[in-house]
Amino acid sequence: MENLPWFLLLIPIASAAIIQLGLKKSAALSSALSTISVLATFIIAVLLLGKDFSSSFNWIEAGTLRLNIGFKLDQLATCMMIVVTGIGLLVHIFSLGYMRDDPAKARYFGCLSLFMFSMTGIVLSSNFVMMFIFWELVGLSSYLLIGHWYQKDTAADAAKKAFLVNRIGDFGFMIGILMLWAITGTVVFEAMNGASLDTAGTYLAGTAILLVFCGAVGKSAQLPLHVWLPDAMEGPTPVSALIHAATMVAAGVYMMARTFFSLGITAENMEILGNAPDVIAWVGGITSLVAALMATQQNDIKKILAYSTLSQLGYMVMAVGLIAPEAGMFHLFTHAWFKALLFLGSGAVIYACHHEQDIWKMGGLLKKMPITAITFLIGTLSLTAVPFTSGFYSKENILIAAKDSPLLYIAVGVAALTTFYMFRLFFIAFLGKARDHGSKVAKEVPVVMWGPLAFLTAAAIASPFFSQFFPTNGHVEVHAVPHFGDKLVLMSLGAFATGFVFAFLLYFGKDKEPISIPLFRNKFYLDIIYQRLVTVFQDAVAALVHFFDEFIIGGLLVDGATRSAQGVGNIFRRFAQNGSLSSYAYLMGLGAVLVIYFTVFAK
Amino acid sequence: MPFDSLPTPTLNEYLMISGLLFAIGLAGVIIRRNIIVIFMCLEMMLAAASLTLVAFSRFHTVDGLPDYDGQMLVFFVITVAAAEVAVGLAIIVSLYRARQTIQTDELTSLRG
Repeated sequence: MENLPWFLLLIPIASAAIIQLGLKKSAALSSALSTISVLATFIIAVLLLGKDFSSSFNWIEAGTLRLNIGFKLDQLATCMMIVVTGIGLLVHIFSLGYMRDDPAKARYFGCLSLFMFSMTGIVLSSNFVMMFIFWELVGLSSYLLIGHWYQKDTAADAAKKAFLVNRIGDFGFMIGILMLWAITGTVVFEAMNGASLDTAGTYLAGTAILLVFCGAVGKSAQLPLHVWLPDAMEGPTPVSALIHAATMVAAGVYMMARTFFSLGITAENMEILGNAPDVIAWVGGITSLVAALMATQQNDIKKILAYSTLSQLGYMVMAVGLIAPEAGMFHLFTHAWFKALLFLGSGAVIYACHHEQDIWKMGGLLKKMPITAITFLIGTLSLTAVPFTSGFYSKENILIAAKDSPLLYIAVGVAALTTFYMFRLFFIAFLGKARDHGSKVAKEVPVVMWGPLAFLTAAAIASPFFSQFFPTNGHVEVHAVPHFGDKLVLMSLGAFATGFVFAFLLYFGKDKEPISIPLFRNKFYLDIIYQRLVTVFQDAVAALVHFFDEFIIGGLLVDGATRSAQGVGNIFRRFAQNGSLSSYAYLMGLGAVLVIYFTVFAK
Repeated sequence: MPFDSLPTPTLNEYLMISGLLFAIGLAGVIIRRNIIVIFMCLEMMLAAASLTLVAFSRFHTVDGLPDYDGQMLVFFVITVAAAEVAVGLAIIVSLYRARQTIQTDELTSLRG
């Protein structure tokens, strides 16, 4: 049992290595191997539920620096591990159907195994350095999988964008880790304590936490680094479900929760961080609002879900910033299941409609693919926090965390917007009549694809009731049952009703977009602004660097040195090299005399 | 023997003579314009060096006998100098054929 967690790391990496090194030619074998490996990790993760122990071995030791590779199991890790391996397993099975005819199937499954390795590494890691290594590894596997269809320019660009944007966040993360190290004197989670934050002072501690949060901003796609996530939808849809909805993007929230738990930050002692929690909460709140607004005007089914993911991640980050990381983790847990369900459902729809992603070209799919449609509807109900679905309980906890803050109104507003855009999607894509060839010939997907959907549907409804999975902070009860009649519940239900009514009035039975808001459709023009800014900034830096290189280094240092040597040489040439043999002889004699003088007499 | 009454020269006196000879040679090399004369002055410097070698050999005794290594070296110097004169004079002749002069102040192609 003690060594079991190591297999969580070893099995996926072995699978990835075997596929990459030996099985590239055999798609069937590599997909089977990859799926079996993730099944094994899932079984191990279930066996490890509720365990609480850690182990490590020494990796680097130099002077006082000691770095370990190790794992730390607690409720937080085992809960996250169930999400990662469970959804990973279902996504693998779904991929068997979705990627059946892909020419690069072996590479795809190899990359999935690599991702499973990296993600389990993040979840298990017992210290910040190890977490950072695996943090970068998930970035790499995300890059590889977004760019799976690299022959498409958009996919290659999206992969690059995701990688580069994440690098910005990761840089802050690294500095944050170093600062926390300097403050607490350790990078090991178990050895950290909040007392050292007190001695470091508010500013230093707050800055360190915010820099660590930078990593979460990049990975969890918060404003202003959110731009990569919608583009990442260029990857295969199962990848979007696994990496860009359920697990990797939630790693930021997981990491913040891990940090807060390790430092022992609670609502009572949050003053030691100064304004940092407020900043985190507001970043999350604004992200959720902005992303929800963007989602209302998108036409690509995956883009809608991507902005919805952004918005829900904003919720989680908000909860973390309100020092309720357990509420954030609870939402992460429930969200992972129903968002994976929605993404896989959209994958089934896209597959059935011959890779058509525009919802205005779908329609009437409820009759043609009833299983997909009903599971999708249940996912939608969970996301929109209808009572007795998982989203209801977890969102309620976030509202409770926000109840004393103006963020409550943002959260409720976002809930209404979520209902609005999700039912817009459902009305257009699944009801009405087929508007295009793809949706006319659509038929139900094979069992290998709807099977995972059914499992995820069960999880989307039942997930809040496995209360032993959830991490607690010691002082907060697991509150899976909100009180009806409570003000917050009424607000949540009101938000749902408002969103639903508006979606019904505007979109039920419509065949084309009745309203057009360019600001939302064009994502607040943020991509264009970034592009311009990057261009201007890059040109300015390039001009500066060119000036420095051309005139300071080239002109002053390199050419300057040669010119001064040349000048001195010219002076000597004019005086000494006059072509007269006797003066040469004289100088030589003088030289010999001087050498003798200095060596013999001038001691 | 009439020479017995003469005082025996000391090592310093030999070195003094040889230094003078060397200085005169160097001065000749520097001052004179005619390459033949410069050549002769060079020979004089070689002679000065040889004289020093012989003097040291005479005054440095090993087991009561002079150290003949220095004198051996003088023979070498004379031999090499003879070869050098042959080469040097040949160069001077061909120089004269090429330039119609052996005055150094007219040979300035070494100007930098």
